[in-house]
Amino acid sequence: MMVLNFAELETVYEDLAVALDTVSHAGREVLLCKLSLLMARELGDLAQVQAMIQTAKDHLDTKMQQD
Amino acid sequence: MRPEGKGALESLYFEYPRFAAPGRAHVLEHTQHKVAIVGAGPIGMFAALTLARFGVGSVVFDNKDTFNDGSRAICVQRSSYHALERAGALGPFLEKALGWTKGRTFYRGKQILEFEMSHSDSEKYLPMYNIQQQFIEQYLWDAVTASDLIEVRWCSEVVGFGDTDGGARLTIEDTNGRYDCDAQWVFAADGARSPVRKMRGKRLNGENFAGRYVIADVQMDHDYPTIRRALFDSESNPDKTILIHRQPDNIWRIDYQLPDGQSEEEAIREDSIRENVAKILRDIGYAGPWELEWWSIYSANTLALDDYRDGRVIFIGDSAHIVPIFGVRGLNNGLADAENAGWKLARVLNGLSDESLMDSYSPERRGATLDVFENATKSARFMTPPSKGWEVMRDAALSLSLDHDWAGDFANPRQMEPFTYSEGGAVLTADAGVTGVKLGAVLPNETLSDGVYLSDILGNGFTMLVFGDVDVAKIDDQVEVISSAMIAAKYGEAALARVQARLGTQAGGALLIRPDGYLAGAWAVCDLEQIARQMKMAFGLGETG
Repeated sequence: MMVLNFAELETVYEDLAVALDTVSHAGREVLLCKLSLLMARELGDLAQVQAMIQTAKDHLDTKMQQD
Repeated sequence: MRPEGKGALESLYFEYPRFAAPGRAHVLEHTQHKVAIVGAGPIGMFAALTLARFGVGSVVFDNKDTFNDGSRAICVQRSSYHALERAGALGPFLEKALGWTKGRTFYRGKQILEFEMSHSDSEKYLPMYNIQQQFIEQYLWDAVTASDLIEVRWCSEVVGFGDTDGGARLTIEDTNGRYDCDAQWVFAADGARSPVRKMRGKRLNGENFAGRYVIADVQMDHDYPTIRRALFDSESNPDKTILIHRQPDNIWRIDYQLPDGQSEEEAIREDSIRENVAKILRDIGYAGPWELEWWSIYSANTLALDDYRDGRVIFIGDSAHIVPIFGVRGLNNGLADAENAGWKLARVLNGLSDESLMDSYSPERRGATLDVFENATKSARFMTPPSKGWEVMRDAALSLSLDHDWAGDFANPRQMEPFTYSEGGAVLTADAGVTGVKLGAVLPNETLSDGVYLSDILGNGFTMLVFGDVDVAKIDDQVEVISSAMIAAKYGEAALARVQARLGTQAGGALLIRPDGYLAGAWAVCDLEQIARQMKMAFGLGETG
């Protein structure tokens, strides 16, 4: 499968940073989830998306309780 | 609850009848019953009608002196219409109820989804009908009073319960005093807070969902078709959910999630109800006068018994399971429970089947409940997200749905088709050569001629559809046999071709349909001896002659 080269990925990085700064704090989470659904649909590979969700969870602080 | 100044049962559209307990001499004289049904709600009455359909009498106990006021089911689905029809109680429903096929979902005032429930010309009835529970109970009651086989004892509470050798002993307390009576079998149809369940030491297990909903009925002259409306994040209830259903007599059901910052106590005060409803009506463009009929509050639960049978006690309806309303499966599942348990028990009591037939009741109906839970849980999580994660994903899907049709499907309430039962028990193992039909599912319907459907020609008990040249005289006379030749002769070759195409049956094959309309067996080749052996084993049907 084709992957983006680093320069392209860097553009995504920057565009996303700018987009995240244009919305409210609550809007950031929703924006990222919308983006995930859009990209998952286009990717068309459930197993790969599920593996990526696991990967994205790595190295983040876990919380003990639901907020 | 009703507005201040109204009597407890003072309705804008329904006159509650009042019943009295039976005479003392009568109850002391008639103490031996085949079947005792606890609860004269819609499920208990329908169970009695189903037993009566097969000639089995029952006595029904209810601690109230009138119909339910606190329970307000409104949606009756197609499969329930067929069940009511089989029990001879459908007539008045056809006159009164409002049929519908469509739902619309709105997000921030914009329509994001219009869903159509599965429907075609092959079906006799629409996928769904709206009618108030009081009318449902009234119509069932009318059918019950017309039957010689059913005795209902109002104002009669079951206060004691013990096992006997051949069944159960019930202690009843009515307005005239206490008495004991015996029943070979008991149907517990006494609702979500089932006293029988408590007396039997049984507990419901499962989950409660966090979101609270107010449910209000208003009367207004609102011009909108019978279409289920769901509103997310509307002006009248920001970030929350609203459901709107039309009912007969200009009554509208409005369910709304408690607005932010409103406690349960505050939300159910009449002034809060009036204020919230007024906002919602403005939101949907209704500016005319309206009257408040009734309101209540609820939260979604998915709770069920681990086993719907406890010896000679069979739990049917809400006593066995509590399902969230998003998917309209409370009443409909209860009716399916009652018909399932009813035809099986009637066979046992009529000496036609072994008692082991009752073993299939709980796996079949609990399976249906768990299937409802799976779908309803998805709906409930969308309607009232239980945590931040579910909320963010729901908001993402709704936001996307504004300009992406595919995302609107997340808001589909998943009002499902009837459950498909597993093979084994009361569904026979499929013949290897059979294709096209789904064993354990409701038999698909088909039109035979103008206004006549396949479902209309099925027998009261088992029916066998035979597609080929078979000596039908050899089939057990308890089974109503319908051959392809009979269909062709009466309704024409085109009708037969439609039926065969719809059922996907090959020439030479046979189908067995249960008394509840489910497909019990399918054979690619109509080998009567083999069929007879299988039917004998599962249902105790006699050998062929």
